[in-house]
Amino acid sequence: MPAFITPTVIAHLVLIFAVMNMLVLSSAFMVWMERKVCAYIQDRLGPNRVGFEGLLQPFADVFKLLLKEELVPKAADKLLFLLAPIISVAAALTAFSVVPFGTQITLFGLLDPPLRLEVTDVNVGILVVFAITSMGVYGIVLAGWSSNSKYSLLGGLRSSAQMISYEISYGLALAAVVMLAGSLSLREVVMNQSGYWWHLIPRWYLFLQPLGFLIFFTAGVAETNRAPFDFPEAEQELVAGYHTEYSSMSFGLFFLAEYVNMVTVSAVATSLYLGGWLGPFLPDWLGWIWFLIKTLALLFFYVWMRWTLPRYRYDQLMEFGWKYLLPVAIVNLIVTAALVIWLG
Amino acid sequence: MLRAYIPIFLFILVGIAFAIVTLIVSRLVHAEKANEVKLEPYECGIEPQTDARDRYSVRYYLVAMLFVIFDVETVFMFPWAVVLDRLALFGLIEMFLFVLILVVGYAYAWKKGALEWA
Repeated sequence: MPAFITPTVIAHLVLIFAVMNMLVLSSAFMVWMERKVCAYIQDRLGPNRVGFEGLLQPFADVFKLLLKEELVPKAADKLLFLLAPIISVAAALTAFSVVPFGTQITLFGLLDPPLRLEVTDVNVGILVVFAITSMGVYGIVLAGWSSNSKYSLLGGLRSSAQMISYEISYGLALAAVVMLAGSLSLREVVMNQSGYWWHLIPRWYLFLQPLGFLIFFTAGVAETNRAPFDFPEAEQELVAGYHTEYSSMSFGLFFLAEYVNMVTVSAVATSLYLGGWLGPFLPDWLGWIWFLIKTLALLFFYVWMRWTLPRYRYDQLMEFGWKYLLPVAIVNLIVTAALVIWLG
Repeated sequence: MLRAYIPIFLFILVGIAFAIVTLIVSRLVHAEKANEVKLEPYECGIEPQTDARDRYSVRYYLVAMLFVIFDVETVFMFPWAVVLDRLALFGLIEMFLFVLILVVGYAYAWKKGALEWA
């Protein structure tokens, strides 16, 4: 066996494999939830044939996609065309690597030392999330450009402009939380939110940073290209936006990346503002159930928003990002800084 | 210290491998009946007359430039935010000045119409 394959590396690989499965399964669940909630909002039944209440529908869809013909347009840049979905998916999955989703488990004393429920804990976790989610824009831009189709190019351009515009407010909202926590490690940020005010209200940063949470989540929705900010794939204008020319599994990978991104944004928002795995009633090692509930609530909010709010116009989107969200984020940051210094 | 980053690196590799394996599996089992017309770029059934990579609005460049400026400033704020309680009042005033300069630039960009889209 080569020297670099140590037990630690194997343990990490197992954990990575588990987390990746979790991400893919939760996006499958999210697809089902989206269709089901949408159906109920529109007074329909939604998928209900494959599996219990249609729960296996996403898997049926994946098999269908696997068997579909894959077209690479003859005018496309072949290499970049193939590379784009791979970049998208890898960036989406990797962003989750520093998100802790529970304290630690021993599996009833089997594991020693106990396994911490996260892939890794780096002291600049928030920056890592910020950096890797930004990589996702490359997948979309390359897909738009390499397809050599007008709809794809427009979708890719719009998407990149939108993502970079909202990333600034996203970063500024993050900085305000960092200030309160005094750390860039997501685990420490969560730990700093333990305890209660007056034995009743949990010490979540949501209550200290209500505006910051709104900015973060709005920017997060725009970053993941979801309604009401779903311009890259505004189907009435751009057919399917940057993935117009994609078919079969390479389309499936873009689809997966979008849902994984949503899961990541919700998970990061849970860690930063909603106290992560902290919650009452459950013992410490079951904290991940709280994490799951909070993340699901945010994901449900995503779906609810999509089927309630109409899409903005593109100029409104850019105006909102640059002229409203950004100044509010700057003011939020300054006020937070002043309060942190003033109140200690 | 750097050892904590190895899992991230592994994760990137596993993520890329996952995508490639999925594509290969699909390539092995899917149908292939491509023809000339299918391989045209999609343009709602009309034959494309020109290459898609045409000129596009200059505003996208403006947004990109503004992004570079503001995002670098944002990243600059992270280290300051981490140690804010130790820098105390001095750090606060320093950052106020920094943000003030940023806001002047922002106001200039706004005044010049760089933030207008329509």
